[in-house]
Amino acid sequence: MDSKDQLHILQSAPGCIPFHERVEHSLNKPLSADKIEILQINIGRRCNLTCRHCHVEAGPSRTEMMSRETLSVCLELARMPCISTVDITGGSPEMNHHLKWFIGEVGKLGKRLIVRSNLVILLEAEYSGFIDIFAENRVEIVTSLPDYHEDRTDRQRGAGVFTRIIQAMRLLNKKGYGQEGSGLVIDIVHNPAGAYLPGAQNSLGVEYKQNLLNIQEVLFNTLFCITNVPVGRYLEYLMKSGNFADYMADLCGAYNPLAAENVMCKKTISVGWDGTLYDCDFNQMLNLPVNHGAPADITDFDLQKLVDRKIVTGNHCYGCTAGAGSSCQGSTVN
Amino acid sequence: MSTYYESKDLADFPDITEFAKEQGDDFFRYYNSATTAGKLTEREKTLIALAVATTQKCPYCIDVYTNKCLSMAITNDEMMEAVHTGAAMAAGVVLAHSLQMRKIIKKKEM
Ligand code: SF4
Ligand code: SF4
Repeated sequence: MDSKDQLHILQSAPGCIPFHERVEHSLNKPLSADKIEILQINIGRRCNLTCRHCHVEAGPSRTEMMSRETLSVCLELARMPCISTVDITGGSPEMNHHLKWFIGEVGKLGKRLIVRSNLVILLEAEYSGFIDIFAENRVEIVTSLPDYHEDRTDRQRGAGVFTRIIQAMRLLNKKGYGQEGSGLVIDIVHNPAGAYLPGAQNSLGVEYKQNLLNIQEVLFNTLFCITNVPVGRYLEYLMKSGNFADYMADLCGAYNPLAAENVMCKKTISVGWDGTLYDCDFNQMLNLPVNHGAPADITDFDLQKLVDRKIVTGNHCYGCTAGAGSSCQGSTVN
Repeated sequence: MSTYYESKDLADFPDITEFAKEQGDDFFRYYNSATTAGKLTEREKTLIALAVATTQKCPYCIDVYTNKCLSMAITNDEMMEAVHTGAAMAAGVVLAHSLQMRKIIKKKEM
């Protein structure tokens, strides 16, 4: 579904007050950035998997890849003192040929460096070397495991994916990832395998830890609960399964003003594969670049204008403000 | 009114404080403390609530607690087992009451 169709569907969600009105009412002002602390870079849309919830609509046939030139500009931005975290996502980031070089360079900066990996790719001979590269550069790995039950994970991410994620986690655990005192961090993302909202991060974290340790004998650091934002393939799933109206009603009904104060775009800038700047990865997929006076191309990067920017919102934003809130780092309200 | 039960009416649940605010607020305090983790985990309480919802045949509660079970990564098998526990209890309650019937039969028959 192209981005215009997606936006049209989202705008016409029955019974939903337009997000910008709701947020303006609860914050007493439009949603705006506070600072830029996280540099999130989507380095390409190619992926070895085709998960049903993927907002990027990534897959093996996608060709969009960030060039070395654009990555070099990202590296310059990563050097800015205000940036504490560089968060690399995709697609499957490992499929960008420049990733190894980029990790090495960012690794030298001593900042928090995250790679969002599906882990399955680390079992492929061509990409298995990334286990060492990640460990050497103290990359924090974030991976999606929608459920600790095999059937639910496989229904969302494809047959056999659960087993392969567990296999890759065992290799990473051997390398030190998830082991106390190693400083090597692997976090798991729980995102519901269907049209419902995630449960409480704390209690699900305990369930995940017990089940993964006792049954699968794997370790991880933290569980992030992420609400599925109705964008891309997930939106398509909602439409096809007849769940769209109910899901949007659930999101709007669970609107939490505290979560609205903590949305991740307030401290993030997101870079697309071609160097376009966005408020977040979801806006990227909806083709909504930064606006309201802030330049939208990485080569025109203007820190002050971006720090002062108003956020471009839509009804998909209800995915970040429902219940305990949702961000790339999980819940935003305790 | 087209039907007695409409799923959108679930949104009215917080409004049951209408016309009797004090008692309504008391109820919600009680409801929240009884359905969140105490000596029992929230997971256990959610399965109990699902069993009660089905035995009491409340469509609103079935909707809420099925969704809550899904959110808490409770499996379909676990949910169905909880429903069977409720169903067995309900059947047992009915059958236990056959005692009244059997007592009457025994008293009345020659
Ligand atoms: S969710 Fe991640 S692993 Fe799955 S298709 Fe999308 S980018 Fe690939
Ligand atoms: S979807 Fe993006 S722009 Fe909207 S609230 Fe979430 S992070 Fe911000």
